[in-house]
Amino acid sequence: MTEEIIIAGFGGQGVLSMGKILAYSGIMQDQEVSWMPSYGPEMRGGTANVTVIVSDERISSPILRAYDTAIILNQQSMDKFEPAVKPGGTLLYDPNGISRHPSRKDINIYRVEGAQKAAEMGNTKIFNMIVLGAYLKIKPIVKLENVIAGLKKSLPERHHKLIPLNEDAINLGMKSVEVVQEV
Amino acid sequence: MGELKLMKGNEAIAEAIIRAGADGYFGYPITPQSEVLEYLMAAKPWETTGMVVLQAESEVASINMLYGGGGTGKKVVTSSSSPGISLMQEGLSYIAGAEIPILIINVVRGGPGLGDIQPSQSDYFQATKGGGHGDYRLIVLAPSSVQEMADFVPVAYELAFKYRNPAMILSDGAIGQMMEKVEFFEPMPRLSDEEIKARYPWATNGKPMNGERRILTSLDLDPQKLEDHNIHLQEKYRQIEETEVRFETLQCDDAEYVIVAYGTSARVSLKAVKLLREKGVKVGLLRPITLWPFPTKKIQKLVDQGVKGFLSVEMSAGQMVEDVRLAVNGKVKVEHYGRFGGMIHSPEEVVEALEQKIIGG
Repeated sequence: MTEEIIIAGFGGQGVLSMGKILAYSGIMQDQEVSWMPSYGPEMRGGTANVTVIVSDERISSPILRAYDTAIILNQQSMDKFEPAVKPGGTLLYDPNGISRHPSRKDINIYRVEGAQKAAEMGNTKIFNMIVLGAYLKIKPIVKLENVIAGLKKSLPERHHKLIPLNEDAINLGMKSVEVVQEV
Repeated sequence: MGELKLMKGNEAIAEAIIRAGADGYFGYPITPQSEVLEYLMAAKPWETTGMVVLQAESEVASINMLYGGGGTGKKVVTSSSSPGISLMQEGLSYIAGAEIPILIINVVRGGPGLGDIQPSQSDYFQATKGGGHGDYRLIVLAPSSVQEMADFVPVAYELAFKYRNPAMILSDGAIGQMMEKVEFFEPMPRLSDEEIKARYPWATNGKPMNGERRILTSLDLDPQKLEDHNIHLQEKYRQIEETEVRFETLQCDDAEYVIVAYGTSARVSLKAVKLLREKGVKVGLLRPITLWPFPTKKIQKLVDQGVKGFLSVEMSAGQMVEDVRLAVNGKVKVEHYGRFGGMIHSPEEVVEALEQKIIGG
């Protein structure tokens, strides 16, 4: 199993940390992982993206042009990464702030109202965990227990009290994901 | 087995510096390697191992702190990125001339000049051919994973002290910024002053009991003496070339074509090899781990084995390709492919380049 993912959105949405938690979860179940962030001038323009690979094998290129899954959280990222999904691959997006919805017919498309659900939960910071939950519902590449173990590893001890909140957010994301099209 | 951590390459190298028993880090921040200094400042090794961490006033100051610190037999290190490394070249030449073991880390970014902050491999010439003035060489190790960022620190120190020669870890912005899992080696204790005195009879750490002065210098105004010193350096370099070449080969046994690539390009090329093998092309990957000394003999063996063409894949306009050509010596085709200026080629682009430039060309 090799899953090549791009997560893309605005800086501050928790794109990089979502990728980090996913990578840590992979380590927790003895898989190979890589996490390659954008750190260049485009970051200064407000967009952030990270390529995460989780695999049973040694990972070759951490830099990719085509992805199994794109998790898209703003319009610029939709324009840039919708065409980069492999045929038959998966696109997950939050419609909040998206003016042009995905139009490809050869990929699986899902949506999750992450920003809205986070607002309903009264905590916009857990937006990324709702999206992560939605992704894991579609592609259960890592087990929830390993995500929690990964959270424990990646969060400093003083933040461990927030883990149940994150778990709730992941569960809410799993429940909230909607199918747009499946091929 | 130790604990697996998820870390950036820059953080892994910083942790490895502490664990390798380094005595002092001297550096100046520059993207894309600022996490090295940041990690060291947060880790506060001066409270645990006693290691010094100092932000110098400039890169020129850092390298001269290494000249002084290394001269006393201490394990010293600096890290920077391309423009900063250029500033250090004068000091590096002096250090090579005076035969002082130090470690220098270059997390390469796009150039020339101030360039950009994206990954590049365009400092290959500077790293492997000298960089500063005079006939000298650095031992150059090229990690291609976060794990190797950590593992190559003690290897580089070992080689530096074995040969009394500066060693460089030549990385790039992608490996510096990327996170992968890493398992660390057991910490090595710093050497005591007595141990340093016993091990390194050349170190300038006080006038010895027998009264003989130790001098470390790169200056000798007597040309005959300086020629003798250069001959000694060259003999040392030949010995390093003979014994310290390191590389990895993947799927080269039955290969008709071989991609030569290091660092990030080796990772991208490995995926290209997989894609090409799926198409039925017999292609392998030669990954130099030491860029100097270069795996010249291995390339010659691959030619003898029947390899019909080599593609040197680098994030540069074509630098290592010259060393591949020297090794192949005109016997088969050698071409270069690479994006540069901070752009990174995709595996698909490498596939296309091999098909067009080597197989079809």
